[in-house]
Amino acid sequence: MLDLSWLLIAVPLASAFVLLVAGKRANSWGHWLGVAASASAFFVGLILFLQIVGRPSADRSVFVHMFEWIPGGELSLDAGLLIDPLSLTFVLLITFVGTLIHIYSVAYMEDDANRRIFFAYLNLFIAAMLLLVLADSFLLLFVGWEGVGLASYLLIGFWNFKPEYATAAKKAFVVNRIGDMGLIVAMGLMFAAFGNVDFQTVFNGVPGASTAMLTAIGLTLLLAATGKSAQFPLQSWLGDAMAGPTPVSALIHAATMVTAGIYLIVRSAVIFNGAPDARVVVAAVGAFTLLLGAVIGMAKDDLKKALAASTMSQIGYMMLAAGLGPIGYAFAIFQLVTHGFFKAGMFLGAGSVMHGMNDRTNMRRYGALRGAMVVTWVTFGAGWLAIMGVPPFSGFFSKDKIIEAAFIGEGWQPWVFGGAALLGAGLTAFYMSRMFFMTFHGKARWEDDQHPHESRLMMTVPMIVLAVGSAFLGLILASGNRFVDWLAPVTGDPGHGEPVLPVTFLIVATLVLVAIGVLVAWRRYGAADVLTEAPTASLVTIAARNDMFQDSVNRAVFQRPGQHLTRTLVYGDLAVVDGLVNGAAAGVAKTGEATRKLQSGQVRSYAATMLVGLVILVIIVVQGGL
Amino acid sequence: MDPINFVYLAAILFAIGSAAVLTRRNAIVAFMGVELMLNAANLSLVTFSRIHGEVDGQVMAFFVMVVAAAEVVVGLAIIIAVFRTRQSISLDEPAELRG
Repeated sequence: MLDLSWLLIAVPLASAFVLLVAGKRANSWGHWLGVAASASAFFVGLILFLQIVGRPSADRSVFVHMFEWIPGGELSLDAGLLIDPLSLTFVLLITFVGTLIHIYSVAYMEDDANRRIFFAYLNLFIAAMLLLVLADSFLLLFVGWEGVGLASYLLIGFWNFKPEYATAAKKAFVVNRIGDMGLIVAMGLMFAAFGNVDFQTVFNGVPGASTAMLTAIGLTLLLAATGKSAQFPLQSWLGDAMAGPTPVSALIHAATMVTAGIYLIVRSAVIFNGAPDARVVVAAVGAFTLLLGAVIGMAKDDLKKALAASTMSQIGYMMLAAGLGPIGYAFAIFQLVTHGFFKAGMFLGAGSVMHGMNDRTNMRRYGALRGAMVVTWVTFGAGWLAIMGVPPFSGFFSKDKIIEAAFIGEGWQPWVFGGAALLGAGLTAFYMSRMFFMTFHGKARWEDDQHPHESRLMMTVPMIVLAVGSAFLGLILASGNRFVDWLAPVTGDPGHGEPVLPVTFLIVATLVLVAIGVLVAWRRYGAADVLTEAPTASLVTIAARNDMFQDSVNRAVFQRPGQHLTRTLVYGDLAVVDGLVNGAAAGVAKTGEATRKLQSGQVRSYAATMLVGLVILVIIVVQGGL
Repeated sequence: MDPINFVYLAAILFAIGSAAVLTRRNAIVAFMGVELMLNAANLSLVTFSRIHGEVDGQVMAFFVMVVAAAEVVVGLAIIIAVFRTRQSISLDEPAELRG
């Protein structure tokens, strides 16, 4: 069966191809083909999982050779798949959540004329994402990496008849290119240091490499991860990416693709283990982004943008955990899996709310929806409790472990990273509760033509499944340390460290901060009346509403100087390069202009000139004695 | 007779020919000047052949004659064509090739 693991990628890819090529005649059944392709990928993944889980833990990493890919002289690379606990975790998450979202989309996109194309892109995304996590070399991973970028671009701009949506898609694409540069440079460094870019060669070569080289590779990999995972400083595209249809936001920009950066770092754990400096930078980026996202999330009135800020913040937690080293890798992935469930569930809930509210996303115009949408309320509530880390919901098991791990270490690091993680938990509780109360509680602030209603069964069932996962997955995976042991062959022995503060104190402190966050949010947005227009507020709030002016900063720091640079280069090109070429041409033209007067058309003057020339020649010959 | 006299004669013929080409407006006369120049060159070739006692110069003179015959055909044809279009064979009139 392991030999057939390429089917995981081939089936959704073939389905995407069929849906795109078949044209309009596939409109009636195309979406079901998409669902079937995603579901069959899940079943293949499940069978693989059952086979691998039956083996002793040392035998769980299997390299499946597919074909000779690049038979070069010095760089000879084969395409193959790496089936191990880490990639299988991702396969199951992607295909399971992906299939649920496919089913949801059948109903959500029902009125869209291009539903078939939407499913083709979704299947393309599933195939590319599976290739990303299953690849056995950085280059093949890069193919998947670009593939998900393409699918993300196509889906963000799915409604590209609106210019700002098309711009959002372009923005995501361009920002991601910057990150991709990091991955390309990292591969170049690997080739220079280890001679190849497949995982085995690279990871086996790490002990012989210099720390400086490992740090350089680690930092370039981090650049790649910040682009894909919307981490500081490449975070600006995620908020605009909410232009895509909500199932896309759930699948790509919450559950799977944006976590590819975390996958890249955990997959490269061996490199990061040898580069402690790069790891500190990873953790710092994560800690900063988790606070940045949380602050932005507290001020956003747009339901989807608030969720996007929350995603950025939660991935910041994962990044922080991944930067902590072996002690955090497994918890980063644990948080990634639980986050995949509860955030996808909340996005689907947001889609359900939007369906009932004529696609409006302004939370100040929501309120009191719990009566109209009971299922959405309950499932969103499960995600809300999970993301805040309320026991026994799944976020408690993943996030608390990250906070604990962040407090382990020496010097300033545990205090800064741990403090950020702890503070982030309180902020998360506030903005998520604000979102929850503004949407489902308080008084109805609907606009006149609103008739909120619960969505169809086909949309609510995936939400219910994800809500059940949000509630119990953490408990199931954490009991008996099951998940950490399962990942141990890849992430290494987490070791055992004592936090600088007692564990019990940390758990209590987290819960107290969460409770304060919920209470403040309840007083301001649940019990009190919410204004339908955003009130004037402090400078921080205004900055947060504008995403901390990230676009202005990018414009001032990168775009404008870049434009100046290109303009200077264009000027130099016009003045110097073109000047040389045009000057040479003009010189020839001038010479011609001057000499053409000699061509009088008078035959006898030509004859006279020739005679004079002849006489001169004769004189030269005779005088020269030739 | 000293063969060098033939060289002088050739030089005089060449000078007369070139003067005809440069001064006469009538294309036929100018053409005759060209023929005179060619034959002056032929005469000097044959003379030098005689002086050096080799036949190279005479062979060259035959080549010149053959080429001159062909050139006469083409040249007269051009003059006739020009006359047909302009009703004149003045060399000064056609200036279409002015740059």
